[in-house]
Amino acid sequence: MLRFPGGGLMLQKDFRRLAMILLFAPFALWIALLVVLPHIGMIRLSLREKVAPRVYEFGFANYLDFINEPIYWNTLLRTGSMSLLVTALALLIGFPIAYYIAKLASNRTRGALFLICLIPLWVSDLIRAFGWILLLRETGVISSFLQWAGIVNQPIEFLYNDVTVIIGLVYTVMLFMIVPLVSTLDGMDNSMIEAGYNLGGNGFTVLRRIIVPYAMPGIVSGCIVVFMLTAGSYLTPILLGGKNSSWFTEQIYNQFITRFNWEAGAAFGILLLLFTSTVIWLGLKLSGQTLANTVAKS
Amino acid sequence: MYDLECINIAKSFGSIRAVDDVSFDIPSGSFFSILGPSGCGKTTLMRMIAGFEEPSGGDIKIKGRSVLGTPPNKRNVKMVFQHLALFPMMNVYENIAYGLRCNGVGNAEIKRKVHDVLERIALPDVAEREIHQLSGGQKQRIAIARCMVLDPDVLLLDEPLGALDLKLREAMKIELKLLQHQFNTTFIYITHDQSEALVMSDHVAIMNQGQFEQIGKPQDLYHRPKTAFVAAFVGDSNRWSGRVKSSDGSGGKVETEQGLEMAFTAAGGENIPEGASVEIFVRPEFIHAVRQTDADADDAAATGDNRMEGIVDSLLFNGANSRVLVRGPQGELIEADVTLTGQNDIRPGENVYLFWSSRQAMCFASRGAA
Ligand SMILES: Nc1ncnc2c1ncn2[C@@H]1O[C@H](COP(=O)(O)OP(=O)(O)OP(=O)(O)O)[C@@H](O)[C@H]1O
Ligand SMILES: [Mg+2]
Repeated sequence: MLRFPGGGLMLQKDFRRLAMILLFAPFALWIALLVVLPHIGMIRLSLREKVAPRVYEFGFANYLDFINEPIYWNTLLRTGSMSLLVTALALLIGFPIAYYIAKLASNRTRGALFLICLIPLWVSDLIRAFGWILLLRETGVISSFLQWAGIVNQPIEFLYNDVTVIIGLVYTVMLFMIVPLVSTLDGMDNSMIEAGYNLGGNGFTVLRRIIVPYAMPGIVSGCIVVFMLTAGSYLTPILLGGKNSSWFTEQIYNQFITRFNWEAGAAFGILLLLFTSTVIWLGLKLSGQTLANTVAKS
Repeated sequence: MYDLECINIAKSFGSIRAVDDVSFDIPSGSFFSILGPSGCGKTTLMRMIAGFEEPSGGDIKIKGRSVLGTPPNKRNVKMVFQHLALFPMMNVYENIAYGLRCNGVGNAEIKRKVHDVLERIALPDVAEREIHQLSGGQKQRIAIARCMVLDPDVLLLDEPLGALDLKLREAMKIELKLLQHQFNTTFIYITHDQSEALVMSDHVAIMNQGQFEQIGKPQDLYHRPKTAFVAAFVGDSNRWSGRVKSSDGSGGKVETEQGLEMAFTAAGGENIPEGASVEIFVRPEFIHAVRQTDADADDAAATGDNRMEGIVDSLLFNGANSRVLVRGPQGELIEADVTLTGQNDIRPGENVYLFWSSRQAMCFASRGAA
């Protein structure tokens, strides 16, 4: 390569760096403005104690409140465990569907199946929840049908219990489980499965030793997304679970809006973030995966 | 006792007959190749033997017992896949141990067997490696070891060298043959590369459009092809179409479409009458090209009863496998092998005589689009 005095090479390198920065800038700006800044604000807010009207001091009172009041952390634990249950159910239901879509279905059925999974996301959260309510309430479609068919002789309330909340949530998040699973399973060579059988494995062995380990990155990334979405969801648990849904986001909402206690609300928000992050970290550790090879891959 | 017998086996996909009434049997401990062009049904045949496809007709017997209806994981036939299909989430040791674990072998026994088989494929130190840390040739051997550790009756190999580069492929050819000797297991090897099949095999079946054209030893296929397809597919040939002018059934004179006359021998035990339209094949190594001015032209003439004049069109230098392209009187190009010594060699533009024996001019009656 020719080298001109003045360093043409240098110039080219600078150019490339500039291009990188320009490409990266909108993304960095987005992260900074919408993710980092608000959270710094939240952390600052959550560390303020109200000592007198309009007088604040630095302190951990909001966090101590959380620890001293069992209702708060019970709600958080309940939200966490219900979210885990929803994640597990979504995985159990989603895996066979994803396997069918990726490995067994013909090209045309694939498209149709994906579309069916997409339908829940076409209508807004609110409309979807009201749809469920129309179906499940005491005077709703299912209750009326059961009475008409003579199976029961009085109206039944299907709403406002945990089962309904879980079903509603699973239905909502299903697509986010299926998409990463399909994309990892799609990349799996069919001959790998055949080799599993050829070497003497039965259906269960092939599933346990070959298909699931191969799909692990997809499973973990699907679970992370679903768990985050569920733990942070608000409308579905509130509308389907009613007063006794005790979802943690409801507590946060109450602090901010009903009680106008922004400091406590911010503290709860941070706590939810820490809690879900810890659960995900534990999940990654237990499954032996890293964020880089799960979410990035699928 | 045959390790594998296929009896009138057939497979249709809708209206496509991928495998059409194929019968063969393979004696214990031999290296059997199935050679055929792409899409002729080789993989389909192998998948039926392994149990991944149900034959539409016929029977498959392994060690004398029919395996129809036996699921793939219960057949003692192991398969090396085209892209090997090693399990990337397991290391080498676990890949080889997988089959043993499926059979419920104890841990100590597994350890002994895995190390034993790694020793035999000359890779004793790779047990703890991940699959992506192996070279192409090493992966190849691990894929074979993974099957051989289970002591199969038959090992199926579906173009396992397809993904390797040329140099490595040459080396693996010899290696595979040695491995087969060492394990003394029946290998069935699928390929569309004739040199692989000819070099390694005890017997080769030539497959075309779902049917076996000929089964035989490599030399037989090369020197005594039974059909025009085999003559054309195995090895290189000069090929002409023509019409028989005079014949005693097993040989005579033929005139090609270009007007070239030559003496021929009927091949494949056919009886070729006068007036039949035929295909004639002459291999380049049986055609002697001699400079017209050379003193030994008369000596060379004794080697063949067919003689033709021509002009060297071009020289295809490839070391020991060098060739000349000679343009004949009717303008057609004929290939002939030559030995180039680097001194006083034939050069393009020179006038030459081509000689070949009528015994090397193999003739087949035309079968439509043969
Ligand atoms: N599952 C299938 N459905 C329909 N047709 C098929 C199927 N599998 C194979 N075929 C057809 O059967 C014929 C033989 O296919 P096969 O895969 O056995 O060829 P092959 O000899 O292995 O070719 P190659 O050397 O390219 O691998 C082809 O015409 C192919 O299109
Ligand atoms: Mg094939």
